[in-house]
Amino acid sequence: MDTGTIIIGLTIFVLACFAGAELISKVPQTLHTPLMSGSNAISGIAILGALIATGRPESIDAESAIGFFAVIFATVNVVGGYMVTNRMLQMFKKKKLKKKE
Amino acid sequence: MSTVNIIDFVYLISAVLFMLGIKNLSSPATAKLGNYLSMTGMGVAIIATLASPDMFGFTMIIIAIAIGAAIGGYAAVKVEMTSMPEMVALFNGCGGAASALVAMAEFNGQTATFANFTLITLLLSIIIGGLTFTGSIIAYTKLQGIISTRPITYPFQQIVNAGIVILTLFLAYTVFQDPSNLFAFYLIIVLSLSLGVLAVIPIGGADMPVIVSLLNSYSGLAVSMTGFALNNNALIIVGSLVGASGLFLTKIMCDAMNRSLANVLFGAFGAIDESVADGGEGPAGSMKGFEVEDVAIALQNADSLIIVPGYGMAAAQAQHVTRELGDFLTEEGVEVRYAIHSVAGRMPGHMNVLLAEADVSYDQLFAMEDINDDFSTTDVVLVIGANDVVNPAAKTNPSSPIYGMPILEVDKARTVVVLKRSMNVGFAGIENELFFKDNTMMLFGDAKASIQNLLAAVKE
Repeated sequence: MDTGTIIIGLTIFVLACFAGAELISKVPQTLHTPLMSGSNAISGIAILGALIATGRPESIDAESAIGFFAVIFATVNVVGGYMVTNRMLQMFKKKKLKKKE
Repeated sequence: MSTVNIIDFVYLISAVLFMLGIKNLSSPATAKLGNYLSMTGMGVAIIATLASPDMFGFTMIIIAIAIGAAIGGYAAVKVEMTSMPEMVALFNGCGGAASALVAMAEFNGQTATFANFTLITLLLSIIIGGLTFTGSIIAYTKLQGIISTRPITYPFQQIVNAGIVILTLFLAYTVFQDPSNLFAFYLIIVLSLSLGVLAVIPIGGADMPVIVSLLNSYSGLAVSMTGFALNNNALIIVGSLVGASGLFLTKIMCDAMNRSLANVLFGAFGAIDESVADGGEGPAGSMKGFEVEDVAIALQNADSLIIVPGYGMAAAQAQHVTRELGDFLTEEGVEVRYAIHSVAGRMPGHMNVLLAEADVSYDQLFAMEDINDDFSTTDVVLVIGANDVVNPAAKTNPSSPIYGMPILEVDKARTVVVLKRSMNVGFAGIENELFFKDNTMMLFGDAKASIQNLLAAVKE
């Protein structure tokens, strides 16, 4: 990996940190649990690396075996994370209650 | 444009979808859409990866995804809303494990040809991902009560932990010098896993929300490191988003407790303090236990009510009956609001989720800073299983462990009704002088049963 690639990677990392902090600070307290489970779900993006590790070797070897377990863990993270987040968000409703005076 | 370029471009699209997803979480009205956008981003990225030209076998991938989806889906459907903190901790642990495993697979795949930078990020991913995995599992077992929620401490604990960190980094340096040193490599894995356990066991149950957020941030960092190693922009971007989100929530919670992160990590907060461990006779006088009928009369005479939920409401599954009581009183013309402290419950926003589950309208839920000034003009405050977040000692008693923590100033209301399971001290093990005040009515018993009785009495 040449130095240029590393610098580009670091640039992306730093800018994404700032963008993320900016976006996240706008999330109200009431949605902090879904924020946590939702951001947790997207951290399962490691699945991309896991897929490559599992699918790249032409036959089953140590790499693809480890990759296999990585895919399982990452899928639990992604599927579980999105589903609980969705379950929670379905519950947030605004409704009107009538008052009698 | 080559296939690799196309895949990278698709990763950019998915990164934008993730960002839009979080942006839409800024309001409960758009949050669902946000989650769908985020899911789409994930789906697109996965499809693009599978379409990559260097993929050979799909059988193992399909089997692994099926297993993972079955486990994750089953857990997500089955989990009670009250147990959400534990669930998030577990999912987070899986994320950490996945990053570490990907790094291990990569290390295994092409040992000889590593560039320095790749090797450093791979090792960091294994260390951070590994400790996130075991740390999350310990957080889960503490939240579930499988192991003691009290801090587990032993002599020279911090020195031992610091020693392990140094040894791990030293071994990482050894592997960096000589990637064929597999013994050192495996030792790093073992040490990272033990580090997660050792770093979390001395932390008390009340601080677990902070730890879960922090571990969330670590899993993001591990993903970014993996992204650097694989030269995959999607992983770098998403990892930094998750890292920022975890740190943000960690900071909110530390601020809400007026404690530094270092104090949370190393303070062993909530270790048994003999001087406050006895219930009963407290700071000033004694607690006054009341009957349901007395409390019902206070509620019937009120024009305004603020409900302050805490973990006790979650533990008793009392959110639904609380909503029924709130709705009934609203219909009777009482102004009913809910005040939620940032660290109420066992994770940020935990109470909001439970009340949303019970169908409370989200515009009735107020954060501390938006409602604290209103307590002095409120007739009745109903504290349901909250303790430390309403403890006036945080303002008045400099020797209290929670002194300086911002609290909900419920003691300023005309009448405070405290629903409490027993006379025991709270999760943090601290005596609460609110319970001994003249304008406080204590109603002992299971929160759900108490509120059911209260609702019946108010309706009469």
